[in-house]
Amino acid sequence: MSDKKATKITDAKQRYAAGVLKYAQMGYWDGDYQPKETDILAVFRITPQDGVDPIEAAAAVAGESSTATWTVVWTDRLTACDMYRAKAYRIEPVPGNPEQWFCWVAYDLSLFEEGSITNVAASIIGNVFSFKPLKAARLEDMRFPVAYVKTFRGPPTGIVVERERLDKFGRPLLGATVKPKLGLSGRNYGRVVYEALKGGLDFTKDDENINSQPFMHWRDRFLFVMDAVNKASAATGEVKGSYLNITAGTMEEMYRRAELAKELGSVVVMVDLVVGYTGIQSLSNWCRDNDMILHLHRAGHGTYTRQKNHGMSFRVIAKWMRLAGVDHIHAGTAVGKLEGDPMTVQGYYNICRDTYTKTDLPRGLFFDQDWGALRKVMPVASGGIHAGQMHQLLDLFGDDVVMQFGGGTIGHPMGIQAGATANRVALEAMVLARNEGRDIKVEGPDILKEAAKWCMPLKAALDTWGEVTFNYTSTDTSDFVPTVSTAQ
Amino acid sequence: MRLTQGTFSFLPDLTDAQITRQIDYCLSRGWAIGIEHTDDPHPRNTYWEMFCNPMFDLRDAAGIMTEINACRRTFPREYIRVTAFDSSHGVESVVLSFIVNRPENEPGFRLVRTEGEGRKISYAIESYAAQDKPEGKRY
Repeated sequence: MSDKKATKITDAKQRYAAGVLKYAQMGYWDGDYQPKETDILAVFRITPQDGVDPIEAAAAVAGESSTATWTVVWTDRLTACDMYRAKAYRIEPVPGNPEQWFCWVAYDLSLFEEGSITNVAASIIGNVFSFKPLKAARLEDMRFPVAYVKTFRGPPTGIVVERERLDKFGRPLLGATVKPKLGLSGRNYGRVVYEALKGGLDFTKDDENINSQPFMHWRDRFLFVMDAVNKASAATGEVKGSYLNITAGTMEEMYRRAELAKELGSVVVMVDLVVGYTGIQSLSNWCRDNDMILHLHRAGHGTYTRQKNHGMSFRVIAKWMRLAGVDHIHAGTAVGKLEGDPMTVQGYYNICRDTYTKTDLPRGLFFDQDWGALRKVMPVASGGIHAGQMHQLLDLFGDDVVMQFGGGTIGHPMGIQAGATANRVALEAMVLARNEGRDIKVEGPDILKEAAKWCMPLKAALDTWGEVTFNYTSTDTSDFVPTVSTAQ
Repeated sequence: MRLTQGTFSFLPDLTDAQITRQIDYCLSRGWAIGIEHTDDPHPRNTYWEMFCNPMFDLRDAAGIMTEINACRRTFPREYIRVTAFDSSHGVESVVLSFIVNRPENEPGFRLVRTEGEGRKISYAIESYAAQDKPEGKRY
C-alpha cells in the first residue's frame, strides 16, 4: 500500500543470508495473496509505533503469529516454509482513527492441531500482542474453514435439544443469579432458588465466584439447590434447572462436582471462562457423555475484550467457545449495566445462533462463517436488566436467549416469587403481542401496562424500575457505523 | 395449582381469537400445526397423544380452529396443546407450544424424596390425578 520497498525477497541465497530482514521482506506480506477456502483467517487492529510502516507492522503480526523470529534462520530451509508462513494480505485504515489499521492475515490449515482451541489461541494470540513495534494490537475476528470446524464437537446439547429436554418453546428462557453473590448459607441460598423457580423462572444461577467458600461448601449448595429445583418443578409441573457452578482449582475436582450434580438430577452445570480453554473442552466432553447442559460464565473476559485498541474482541471468544462446545454463553444485554453496544452485541448473538454467519461490518463481523452443522449456543443476557425493558430485549435478541433478571427478580418489592412472576408475565405478554403482529418496539410500554392491570407483581416491578436505564457510551463499538443509542 | 407448561401459561387462558392470531403467526412462518392431548401432564411426559398428524397441508387458521374444537369436544377434561413444527435445517423441532384446554381442577404433583447415602436424595414427581388411575379416568 505505501512502502513499496518492503516486498518479499525472492532470491533464496539473499533471503536466507544471516542477519535481520524486514518481515515483509521475509515473505509475511503478500498483497496479491488470495486466501484459500481452507485457510484460517484473522483480522487484527494494529497501532504501529510512530514511524513503523503499516504493511511492515502487518507482516510482523503474520510473522510473529506463525513461523518468524526476529532474525533470519537457515533452518527455515528444511521446511515447506512458504506454506507455513502466515501471510498478511490486506490492510485498511480504521475509519475515523488515523493511528490504527485493520490487517488481514491468512494461516494455512496445517499450522493448527485439530480440535484444540488452546492451540488456536497459542498460535494466534501467543506472542504477537507483546511485540514492541506495535503500540497495541487487537484480534477483531476470525474465519474458520469448515474443514477445521468439523474437527470440533461443538455444543454438547445446543439450543434445539436444550429446548426439547426442557420442554420450553417459542419464548426466551428466564433466569436469575442468586444474590447476594457471596455469604448466603446453603439453606438460605436454596430458598432464593425455590422462590424464583416457583414464581416462574426456568433457571437460577450460581455466580462466577461461588465455588466452595467457608460460608457455603459446594456439596451443601448442590444438595439444598437441587431440593429447591425439584420442589419448584413439582409445584409448577415444569422442568426447572439451576446452573451449578463446578469451577474449581483442578480438573479432578471439577469432575467430582459434576458427578454429584448428575447424581442429584441437575439438568445443567456451569463453569467460568477463567478455567481455560482446555478445561472447557474437557468439561464439554463430560457433558456430552452425561446429557448435561454446559453453561459458560464469561468471567474475566472484560480484562482483554473491552478496550478497542488492545486485546481481542468477544466475538472471537464466542466463536472459540462454540467450537470448544458450550451450550450457554453470556453475550451481553446492550440495555443493562454491563458494556455492550447493541449492534456489536447482536453480532455475538449471530455467531452463537447462526447456521451460516454472514459478513456484517456494522455488527463487527468481518467474515462469512459456515458453521458446518455445529450445534447452536444459547446466548445469555445478564446484568442489570428488568421487566420494563422486555420489549427492547425481545426486539434485539428474539426467542433463543436466556434473559437473566437477578436483581430484577430478587429485589422485587413484593418478594422473589412476585419478581419472577412479573418477569414471566412481561415476557409472555410481549411474545404474544409480537406474534400478533404488534410493533413491540413502539407499543412495548403499553403492552406491559396492559398486562400490569391484571398482574400486580408486574405493576410493582414497573413502578420500581420502569425508568431505570444505563445510558453510557459503549467503548467497544463497530467503526463502520455511528453508535446506536439505547435510550428508552 | 396451575400447570405452567407451554409458551403462554402465565397469561389468562387465551381466547379463541387470540389462539387464531397465534396460528396465523405460525402459518405465516411456514410451520405445521399439531394438536396433542393428555391426562398425564408430568413434566417429563414428552409424548402427549396426537389428535391428528401435524397438519402440514392445512394452511388456514379457521380450519385448524375447527380441529382444536373437535379435540376439546372429545377430550374436554384433558390438557390440549397446540404445537408448531419448523422443518427448516438447523431447527427441525418444535418452535411454539401452548395450552388451549385444561381440566377444571388441577391437583398438581407430589415430590417424592428417596433418601440415600449421606444426605443424597433421589427425587421423583408424581401426579395426584394420574397416580393409580388408568388413562381416560384421571381428571
